Amino acid sequence: MIELRNVRKAFSGREVLKGINVTFEKGKTNLIIGQSGSGKTVLLKSIIGLHEIDDGQILFDNRDFTHMRNRDRKKIRQEFGMVFQGGALFDSATVEENVMFSLNMFTDKTYEEKLDRVNFVLKRVNLVNVNHLYPSEISGGMQKRVAIARAIALNPRYLFCDEPNSGLDPKTGIVIDNLIREITEEYNITTIVNTHDMNSVTEIGDKILYLYLGEQNWVGNKDEIFSSGSEQLDNFVFATTLMRRIKSNFK
Amino acid sequence: MKLLTHFGRYYMLMAKTFAKPQKNSIYFKQTIKEIDKLGINSIGIVFIISVFMGAVITLQTRYNLENPLIPLYLVGLTARDTMILEFSSTIVGLILAGKVGSNIASEIGTMRVTEQIDALEIMGINSASYLIFPKIIAAIFINPFLNILSMFVGIAGGWVAAVSSGALSTADYLYGIHYAFIPYYIVYSMVKTVVFAFIITSVPAYHGFYVKGGALEVGKASTKGVVYSSILILLFNVIITQLMLAK
Ligand SMILES: Nc1ncnc2c1ncn2[C@@H]1O[C@H](COP(=O)(O)OP(=O)(O)OP(=O)(O)O)[C@@H](O)[C@H]1O
Ligand SMILES: [Mg+2]
Repeated sequence: MIELRNVRKAFSGREVLKGINVTFEKGKTNLIIGQSGSGKTVLLKSIIGLHEIDDGQILFDNRDFTHMRNRDRKKIRQEFGMVFQGGALFDSATVEENVMFSLNMFTDKTYEEKLDRVNFVLKRVNLVNVNHLYPSEISGGMQKRVAIARAIALNPRYLFCDEPNSGLDPKTGIVIDNLIREITEEYNITTIVNTHDMNSVTEIGDKILYLYLGEQNWVGNKDEIFSSGSEQLDNFVFATTLMRRIKSNFK
Repeated sequence: MKLLTHFGRYYMLMAKTFAKPQKNSIYFKQTIKEIDKLGINSIGIVFIISVFMGAVITLQTRYNLENPLIPLYLVGLTARDTMILEFSSTIVGLILAGKVGSNIASEIGTMRVTEQIDALEIMGINSASYLIFPKIIAAIFINPFLNILSMFVGIAGGWVAAVSSGALSTADYLYGIHYAFIPYYIVYSMVKTVVFAFIITSVPAYHGFYVKGGALEVGKASTKGVVYSSILILLFNVIITQLMLAK
């Protein structure tokens, strides 16, 4: 469980997060949605401590991360898995070395045991026979999946994904979404996913936070989202002709 | 004022870099890799410039000696002392600042702008230490060998030039390079090399580590890393010389 209390963040005087209060639950895929520039990435990076917040508090299972010493933060971070918007794979390392990285750093397993684990998570994201390729030698979608494999290699308690399926075709996108949801439920982890993809929203949105220009506009789930009563959210949800057609068919 | 902020940030980065390593075996492996990348890969360039500089110093010294009263062995002596005192430490240092420094700044800078450093931090890894510490240690370890290589190759280059051009006999040259040899000069040269190794790795690493933006800024950081490490090398050259050679 990750709890945000009145989280605020500004860059040189310009407020990007204007007081976020929300609880992200364990064993569920929690989504942060909103238009491009609404503050999703900044919020996610604030949660994991890559941005220091200006005000408020963030708690990981009741542990106050915001006012924690760096040394203790590092311990909690070993329970994190993060998929960056751009993948952030180590480009001088092969796929296998990327996924094995945290195992090398934080476990004393033998190479065979580590390799077993690497192959297991790679298979989990449907990647086989790519162990010895470099990130530049695989497609964008494959890079995303390697990033997910790397994030879950150490069995994280908290998983963060910044637009895991942007740039992917809808079908591969859904495969990745479902994968994230399965992992979340299987290992009972707290997952937060940034997305502006309506497919993801309707597919895996157990809990949804809608950001509008840095403000917390609406919180709910995928079943409530079509009747939120928020004008801004309706504009976001029914932005495309496709969604508008579906809506009119329902009525 | 800006200089002060730079100095403060650099100092903080070094404090992070020299924090206790999180896992010795991994740091050891990284250091070996860096020795290969920063040291072994530089042997070629150090070899080539040293041979030619040794040759040129020898020929120039010889052709400038017009007074028949000055003994010819001074040519060998000059070549030797120039290599030991200045060339193999300072000039090689400047050249490595260009080669190794730009490499380090752009590697770390690229990792910064593509969020690879953030990814390390999020895993709970001390990214500064993981990325920079092995480079500094590797350079401090391997650069003295490059220095020695440069001295030998430079002096040998001088000999080849002297003999093959007929400017000087082997006997005169050999007598010169043995004449009034001061072992302390080697110590002085080594001290400089180690200090320069630290500058060449840590200063570009600093510029790479704090890059903001994209590929363009990485390029700028790389240039800055080279320029500032070169300036610092020249500055410390004077300081160390004053400390170690002043009578
Ligand atoms: N490091 C930074 N310094 C200054 N401003 C920033 C910084 N990072 C983000 N911002 C600003 O914060 C706002 C929110 O950006 P953010 O990256 O969170 O958007 P986003 O919702 O993730 O968008 P997208 O869907 O396009 O990824 C933007 O206006 C951006 O300009
Ligand atoms: Mg974003």
